[in-house]
Amino acid sequence: MRKLLPNQGRFIALLAGAFVFLFPFYYMLIGSLQTEPDPSVKGAFPSPGNLTGHNYLEIDAAINLGRSLLNSGIFTGGVILGTLLFGVLAGYALARLQFRGRSAVFGLMLLIQVIPFQLLTIPLYVMIVRSYGLADSYLGMIAPFAINSIAVFVFRQYFLQLPQELFDAARVDGATELNILWRIAVPLVRPALLTGVLLTFIGPWNEFLWPFLITKQQNLQPLAVSLSNYLTTVSARAANPFGALLAGACVLAVPAVTLFIIFQRRFISTSLDSGIKG
Amino acid sequence: MNRRPPTVPKPARNARLTARGPGALSAVLGKQPIGTAFVTPYVVFLAAIFAYPLGFAVYMSFHDYFFTAPGATVDRPFVGFANYVTVLTDPAVQRSFVNVGIFLLINVPLTVVLSLGLANALNAAIRWRTFFRVSYYVPYVAASVAVVGVWLFLFNSNGLVNSVLGPLAPDPSWLVNSKLAMPTVALYVTWKQLGFFILLYLAALQNVSKDLYEAAAVDGAGRLNSFLNVTVPGVRPATTLVVLVATVTGANLFTEPYLLTGGGGPDGASASPVLIMYQRGIEQGKPDVGSAIGVLLVIGVLLLAVVERRFVGKEEQ
Repeated sequence: MRKLLPNQGRFIALLAGAFVFLFPFYYMLIGSLQTEPDPSVKGAFPSPGNLTGHNYLEIDAAINLGRSLLNSGIFTGGVILGTLLFGVLAGYALARLQFRGRSAVFGLMLLIQVIPFQLLTIPLYVMIVRSYGLADSYLGMIAPFAINSIAVFVFRQYFLQLPQELFDAARVDGATELNILWRIAVPLVRPALLTGVLLTFIGPWNEFLWPFLITKQQNLQPLAVSLSNYLTTVSARAANPFGALLAGACVLAVPAVTLFIIFQRRFISTSLDSGIKG
Repeated sequence: MNRRPPTVPKPARNARLTARGPGALSAVLGKQPIGTAFVTPYVVFLAAIFAYPLGFAVYMSFHDYFFTAPGATVDRPFVGFANYVTVLTDPAVQRSFVNVGIFLLINVPLTVVLSLGLANALNAAIRWRTFFRVSYYVPYVAASVAVVGVWLFLFNSNGLVNSVLGPLAPDPSWLVNSKLAMPTVALYVTWKQLGFFILLYLAALQNVSKDLYEAAAVDGAGRLNSFLNVTVPGVRPATTLVVLVATVTGANLFTEPYLLTGGGGPDGASASPVLIMYQRGIEQGKPDVGSAIGVLLVIGVLLLAVVERRFVGKEEQ
């Protein structure tokens, strides 16, 4: 009985918190559907007379939504592919194979997490854009993110949890390590692969600074970059700049948020594992 | 004294090595030397994308470095600390470091207090737990570029926040007010990142022993008392992590001042070091100066991290 009342207080505090966290997203959606931007309190509620899908057409005309989404998809897909291919190999080796330099590689991997990426943007820009001429290319966009270290860490943790007898038996049978990885280990850690993909997805999908630096051609810009260009330059001339901007914002936010909500259990358990035990 | 033959014949040692075969080889290369091949792509990636550029940044900051056509060889003389002198005497750079200091003073304590408070509330057996967890995490997974759009709409001079506040609305409005611009950016980032830190604390709370709470209850400690004397010390390692991660994230601030306050406005009041680094290094074509800003920023963050670890993590040892 005594416990009920304070929990009621907690519940209300959490509810107020949830409102603060979710309201801007609700407002994003409402704003993207308004014919005329209505910043008054009344505007926070949908009014049938002020609803339109026109903002989505306007942002599409201004920044070519399809093309931008395709670019975001290629950028993100490339990073996921690199992470799955090379990250799984590295994670497996770090967890299950004994070879010279293993602890050095693991130490290096942890040490690298401390370097702020922003410090590296200038030298990376000089290298990738000026020395290798990879400006306005998907390769240049993907390169600095090609293997997500946190995903490698997650893969390693999952491979570590598999029983050693499994590997011993396969080795006695003469299976090569690549075979063991491909036929035994990978099928057993499928959930880890999904977690790795999800974790990796939000990085490049939401990344702004790097693709912004290296893409000047509009038809190669991911959505985060083309939308920000719209925000800083074009929006001043549009009829309903906020409406179009918020429409673009919805298109950018929806894939990541939807994936997160569908797979939220996986996201949360990963954060726990890699955040605390790491 | 010396019972062994004066010279140990080398071939014999080699013969012994070969005789033991894979055993000796594996002593040198490990049981599964193929592992080296498996990690090679990742190691090459780390070297090319992190280690080499790190050295390159330091190199540039001590040389007169400028952009050239690919393949052109030009003289890039060593200039000592000249770039650092340029940076440190640049009022815009000084301002940006003060700004990021203001940012961290607001962002870090607020993040710790709010995320621990909300995580603690969430940790109780409570209705709609999953809903709350998800809603707190949503801003973290959404792209900053998208969310900035709504904040601009909300904090506009005639935006919803000011309509609700009515006569209490600040003038000039939040993002164009030189005193409020940086605090508003700090508030935005705190809100956006909070979900991640709540999850860190939620995980840490699982490790706080239930016995301690019971012992505290037996001693007659109230809710607040047991929170302060059991929970707070119990999650101290997580607090250290939260403080460090929030500091590093804050020092990397770029997207928010670039978009939310239109490039660090008004009049540089919300410019961050990374924003100035971008303007000097890439827009104005002085990568050497930009690198010097980056190196100074990292040194600053490292110093701050050491101080914070001492201060927050003092009872860990």
